[in-house]
Amino acid sequence: MIPEIGHFALILALCVALVQGILPIYGAAVGNSGLMAVAKPAARTQFLLVLTAFGCLAYAFADKDFSVLYVAATSNSQLPLHYRLAAIWGAHEGSLLLWTFILTLWMFAVTLFSGHLPETTRSRILGVMGLVSVGFLLFMLTVSNPFERLIPAAAEGRDLNPLLQDPGMVIHPPMLYMGYVGFSVAFAFAIAALLGGNLDAAWARWSRPWTTVAWCFLTVGIALGSGWAYYELGWGGWWFWDPVENASFMPWLAGTALVHSLAVTDKRGGFKVWTVLLAIMAFSLSLLGTFLVRSGVLTSVHAFATDPKRGLFILVFLAIVIGGSLALYAWRAPKVGLGGSFAMLSREGMLLANNVLLVAAMGSVLLGTLYPLFLDALDLGKISVGPPYFDSVFVPLMVPAIFLMGIGPLAQWKKASVPDLAKRLKWAFGVSLVSALTLPIVMGNWTPLLSLGLLLAIWIVTTSAIGLRERLAHVNGNSLVERLASVPRSYWGMLVAHCGIAVFIVGVTMVKGFETEKDVRMNVGETASIGDYTFRFDGTQDVVGPNYTAARGTFHVSRDGRETTVLYPEKRRYPVQNQIMTEAAIDPGLLRDLYVSLGEPIDDGAWSVRLYHKPFIDWIWGGCFIMALGGALAISDRRYRLAWRRQEPVVPVPTRTARRKVA
Amino acid sequence: MKWVMLIILCVSGSAWAGEARPLTDDPVAEARLKHLAVELRCLVCQNQTLADSSAPLAEDLRREVREMIAKNMSDPEIIEFLVSRYGDFVLYRPPLKATTTLLWVGPFVLMAIGVTALVMTLRRRSRTVAEVSVTDEEHRRVEQLLAEGEKRS
Repeated sequence: MIPEIGHFALILALCVALVQGILPIYGAAVGNSGLMAVAKPAARTQFLLVLTAFGCLAYAFADKDFSVLYVAATSNSQLPLHYRLAAIWGAHEGSLLLWTFILTLWMFAVTLFSGHLPETTRSRILGVMGLVSVGFLLFMLTVSNPFERLIPAAAEGRDLNPLLQDPGMVIHPPMLYMGYVGFSVAFAFAIAALLGGNLDAAWARWSRPWTTVAWCFLTVGIALGSGWAYYELGWGGWWFWDPVENASFMPWLAGTALVHSLAVTDKRGGFKVWTVLLAIMAFSLSLLGTFLVRSGVLTSVHAFATDPKRGLFILVFLAIVIGGSLALYAWRAPKVGLGGSFAMLSREGMLLANNVLLVAAMGSVLLGTLYPLFLDALDLGKISVGPPYFDSVFVPLMVPAIFLMGIGPLAQWKKASVPDLAKRLKWAFGVSLVSALTLPIVMGNWTPLLSLGLLLAIWIVTTSAIGLRERLAHVNGNSLVERLASVPRSYWGMLVAHCGIAVFIVGVTMVKGFETEKDVRMNVGETASIGDYTFRFDGTQDVVGPNYTAARGTFHVSRDGRETTVLYPEKRRYPVQNQIMTEAAIDPGLLRDLYVSLGEPIDDGAWSVRLYHKPFIDWIWGGCFIMALGGALAISDRRYRLAWRRQEPVVPVPTRTARRKVA
Repeated sequence: MKWVMLIILCVSGSAWAGEARPLTDDPVAEARLKHLAVELRCLVCQNQTLADSSAPLAEDLRREVREMIAKNMSDPEIIEFLVSRYGDFVLYRPPLKATTTLLWVGPFVLMAIGVTALVMTLRRRSRTVAEVSVTDEEHRRVEQLLAEGEKRS
């Protein structure tokens, strides 16, 4: 009964979504406020309906209702409750329900925080989101229904893939989807603006916080996924340039470009046309990512061809959304004004150059991800495009972008001068260069890449410090604390996010340059050393988990004779799918991670063991979280809080814009 | 020497333990294998390098590569052999040939197009957008106004 309620809720949601997608947009076009007023209640109703459906599926999982095909396919009665609930997004159908649910959640948020928007704008935004929702609901109801019954019911479920039975699974997909789908708001704002023909500074001001929030979620989501791969896969890598990873990274690159371009549109009125295009691009890439991951096209082009129903639906949907919005763009964009003038060498110019580099980097990832698919589809041979390719094209594109990242925030709007910039930056450059060249020598391993990485990281930090110092000289306040407090939060946000990149680069560089690994065969009582640490293997014990059995090893780790920690890596066997999983044991630290994973038993209690010493690896994820924190700081800025409170459209106050010009 | 070891072990308080042996007898060969394996694909896995995979077939392939290293074959020879046997699919760094030209030059063409478009747009733009100049005097005035405004607020 409950699954039928869920199914029915989805059907009702589709009806509501259709209404929400058609009436308000039409109303806005003809100026009928009665029709426009439909948007808000429709969006809220749709949210409640999809929430109901989501709750019904959750109930079916919690209740171990194996008469629902999806539940039977992705869970098992032995599976603990939190993983049964996480199994909602453990496969295709449920992931789409999660996607749709989050879309309606964003819609609901728009209805809550759009009091200051003009009625026409709000109804267009909600209308566009409703249309996107129609696509997804229709998809679920026609070819991918999570509530489909299995009659007769299965006695037992086939279980969730053991790889996914991890706390990472509980939190990573929702975060990632919050980011993906969050770009739909920016997209809807852009389409609404194109429909209305008024792309003014206010439009950018409104969509900025939404975009930043989505970007923060996506950043955290990607970082969580990477961390999960690091500890769960058992071979110590943190990014594999896997197509599934790339699918989340492309919207991130486009989203990062969008966040920056919106800043220019907001403050200077420039780049409008480009910003709109980026908003369309970011969301289209989110859709493309869903298509890539969900259609099975990645596993094999031929698998896609043999069961093309789902893939074809997404492909058509993708074509309608992307094609439709680009057509609208081509039709409307030329009417949009150009905004203020600026010289090539100016903050605008540098932001635009950075945008070009980010988009080129995104294009390369897209090319590398799709290329093997195209070759295979055209029967031109099978190739693999992997980390060596991406590293060699991505790094050359990112290095200039990061170099510009240091200069951009210091350059004046409109027109900057080279001698002036050179004068202000010479110390930063000198310090970065000297320390980047000497630090690796001090640490005992000089390679060009190591120096380059450190150069970029120190460059970001030193230029940020100069920017802050100059900023402090401009603000009022007697004490340093007072002056620090009067620097706007959005500026802090930028500094923090940029320094997050620096932290990230330090992590990547140090791990690449200094990590050590050892494959050893360890008997009980034997020791192996890596870094300054000695690992003593004290044998394995059999452990029984809720739905697995495991051999758990015990490793005493010591440094200079003093015990540091005890690590318990496991080799688990999940009987339902008969899968063996390696659970690495990690001792994390600010300056290094110690990582042990069990290989295979050899004889007499001896095991093959892999040990890693990974300096600074946690900085990789730390950097991502710092970036997201920067985003959070930026949206807590005073002008947004004011904007929420005020009930009329925010018009940029002239003095404010003037101040920015000076700053 | 054994003596010293014994004393060290006793002092450090650990159990009667020896140093664990590396998994292989020839660390140099193993380093070469690792160097090769990170750029090779495990043919049966979803998307894993030969170095990372623990699939039985990957183990076989690693053994094959080890044997070739033992036979003193050079890295290019080993790769050539693997490609002749399994095709380009085994390489994570696709070789540059007619069908992959676009893949390799694409990113840089993209960047070149982007930068050219940027420069051209900005040039054209600076001609069409009327320059509204702000003089230094106006700048000073604005700063002064701002300073006053902040004192008031």
